[in-house]
Amino acid sequence: MKALSQSAQQPATGEATGARSFARTTRLLMAPAVIFLLIWMLVPLVMTIYYSFQQYNLLMPMYDGFAGFNNFAILLSDPTFWKALANTLIIVGVSLAITVVLGLALALLFNRTFVGRGVARTLAVAPFFVMPVVTGLIWKNMLFHPVYGLFAWMARQLGLEPVDWLAHYPMVSVIIMITWEWTPFALLVLLTGLQSLPEDQIEAAKLDGANAWQEFRHIVVPHLGQVLYVVVMLESIFFLTSFAEIYTTTSGGPGTATTNLPYYIFQTVFQQNDIGIASAAAIGAVVLANVFAIMLIRFIAGNLNAGAAR
Amino acid sequence: MSSKRFTNGALGALAWVVAILVFFPILWLLLTAFKTEQQAFTVVPNFLFTPTLESFRTALAQGSGYWHYAWNSALTAVASTVIGLALAVPAAYAMAFYPNKRTDFLLVWMVSTKFIPAVGVLIPIYLVYSSVGLLDNALGLTLLFTGMNLPIIVWMVYSYFRDIPKDIVEAADIDGAGILQTLFKVVLPLALPGLASTGLLALILAWNESFWSITMTDHRAATLAVYIASFKSAEGLFWAKMSAASVLAIAPIIVLGWFTQRQMVRGLTFGAVK
Repeated sequence: MKALSQSAQQPATGEATGARSFARTTRLLMAPAVIFLLIWMLVPLVMTIYYSFQQYNLLMPMYDGFAGFNNFAILLSDPTFWKALANTLIIVGVSLAITVVLGLALALLFNRTFVGRGVARTLAVAPFFVMPVVTGLIWKNMLFHPVYGLFAWMARQLGLEPVDWLAHYPMVSVIIMITWEWTPFALLVLLTGLQSLPEDQIEAAKLDGANAWQEFRHIVVPHLGQVLYVVVMLESIFFLTSFAEIYTTTSGGPGTATTNLPYYIFQTVFQQNDIGIASAAAIGAVVLANVFAIMLIRFIAGNLNAGAAR
Repeated sequence: MSSKRFTNGALGALAWVVAILVFFPILWLLLTAFKTEQQAFTVVPNFLFTPTLESFRTALAQGSGYWHYAWNSALTAVASTVIGLALAVPAAYAMAFYPNKRTDFLLVWMVSTKFIPAVGVLIPIYLVYSSVGLLDNALGLTLLFTGMNLPIIVWMVYSYFRDIPKDIVEAADIDGAGILQTLFKVVLPLALPGLASTGLLALILAWNESFWSITMTDHRAATLAVYIASFKSAEGLFWAKMSAASVLAIAPIIVLGWFTQRQMVRGLTFGAVK
C-alpha cells in the first residue's frame, strides 16, 4: 500500500492507524542503512571539519587547542599544498581528456562487427578489473624500469637511450598508468551506451540518405552526450582520489612531482602526524570533489524523476 | 564495394591490434609469473622460455603469508557484501514499493555519500579506530568496505526492485500479506538475479580496494592489496614471485568482471547507463 495514493481505496475504518503503523514499518526498514551511512560517512566528515579548526599534532599533544583558521593559513602558505593541488588538477584534466577521447574512439571501433569482436572487446576492457596496486607494480617494474623494463629494451632495440620514466617523466608515467586503467572504463560505459542507440532512428536516417558523418553527428552524438557526461563526472571524482598508482610507484616523488591531494593528506597524517593541517587539506579535497559531485548528483536525481514518470 | 570491405577489414584489424596492446601488460605479467626469477629479471626480455610453476609454488609456499592475506581479502570482501546487502535490501524495498515524499531525497542523499572522497573521512575514522581497537582489524576493514559500497548496493537493489511490476506486489498486499512476507515470498525471488550481480559487483570493488586497506591495516588484517603493495620496494628481487602473487589476486576478478560487465556499468553509473 503506498501510503497516500492508495489509502483512498482502503475502507475508511482503521485507515489512520493502519497508515501510521505502515509508515513506522517502512521507516524501520530504511533506518539501518541510513544510520550506517550517517555513522561511517557523515559523522566523520563533520569531525574532519572540527579537526580542521584544531591545533592537533599526535606528536605534540601539549599544544592542542582551538586554532581558528590557523591550519588553513598554514596550508595556504605551504608550497607543497599548492603543488599537490596543481598535480591533482593536472592528473584529473589530462587523464580525463585522454580517457574520454580514446574511450570514445575505441567504443566506436569496437561497436563495429569484425571477426572475434567479443574476445577483442574482453581483452580491451580487462585493465579496468586489475587491482590498482598491481597496475602500479606492473608498470613500475616490468615496463618503466630503466634497465630491466620492457620499454628500456625497446628503446635500445631502436638505438635510443633508455628513459628512466618514473624519475624523469613522473607525472607522464602516473597519467599513463591511470589512462591505461580508466580508458577501458570509458570504453565499457560508452560501448554500453552505443548498444542502446535508437536503432529505428538510425534506419530512418539511412533511408533519408544520411551519410555516416550526419548519422554520427545528429543521432549518435546527442544520445551519447548523456553517457559522456556521466563518464566525465565519475572519472573526475575517481581521478581526484587517485592513490594506489602513486603509492606503489613514485611515492609522490621525485620530490613533490607527483604528490596529489590524497597523497599529501596521507603524508601529513602518517608521516607528520599533523591531524589539524591534514584535516584542513581533507576539507579542501571534499570541496573539490563536491564541484563535480553536485553536478552528477543533480543529473542522477533528474534521471530518477524521469524514471518515476515512466 | 570492395574498398568498403577493405576499410571494414582494416578497422577490424586495428581493433585487434588495440585490444592486444591494451591487454599486453597483463599478458606480460602472466608470462613473467611462469618464469624463474633469473628468467624474469633480465636486460633482454625472455619471450620464449619453458614455463615453470616454480614462482607459483614460492608465492603460495608456507611462510610466504599468501594465504593469510588471501583469507583476509576474501573474508572482508564477502562479509562486507553480505552486510551491505542485508542493510540495503530492506531500505531499497521500502523505497521502491512504499515511497513517500522523502524517498527521493533519501535515495539521492545515500548516493551522494559515495562522492565524499575517502581522505575526507580518513582522519576521524583512523583516530576513532585506533582508540577502539579496530585498526588492523578485519571487522574494522569490513565495515569500511560496507560503507564504501552501501550507496552503490542500495541504488542497484532499488533499480532491480523497480523493474518488478508493481501489480504483483499490490496483489500480494491485497491478499493480506504483510510487508515482510511480501518481501521474502514475492520480491526477493523475483530480484534474485539482480541481487546476485549486485553482490558480485560489491565483491569485486571490495577485493580490489587499496586505500583503506593500506591506511587501516598493517599485518593482522592486511589484504592481498597490502601484500602486493609491499613488493613496491623489491628492486628486481622476486619479480616472478610478485607476478605469480599478482596473477592469483587479479585472475578471479578479471574473469568475474568479464561476466558482469553490463551490471558493472549499471551499478557504477548509478543507472544512468544501462
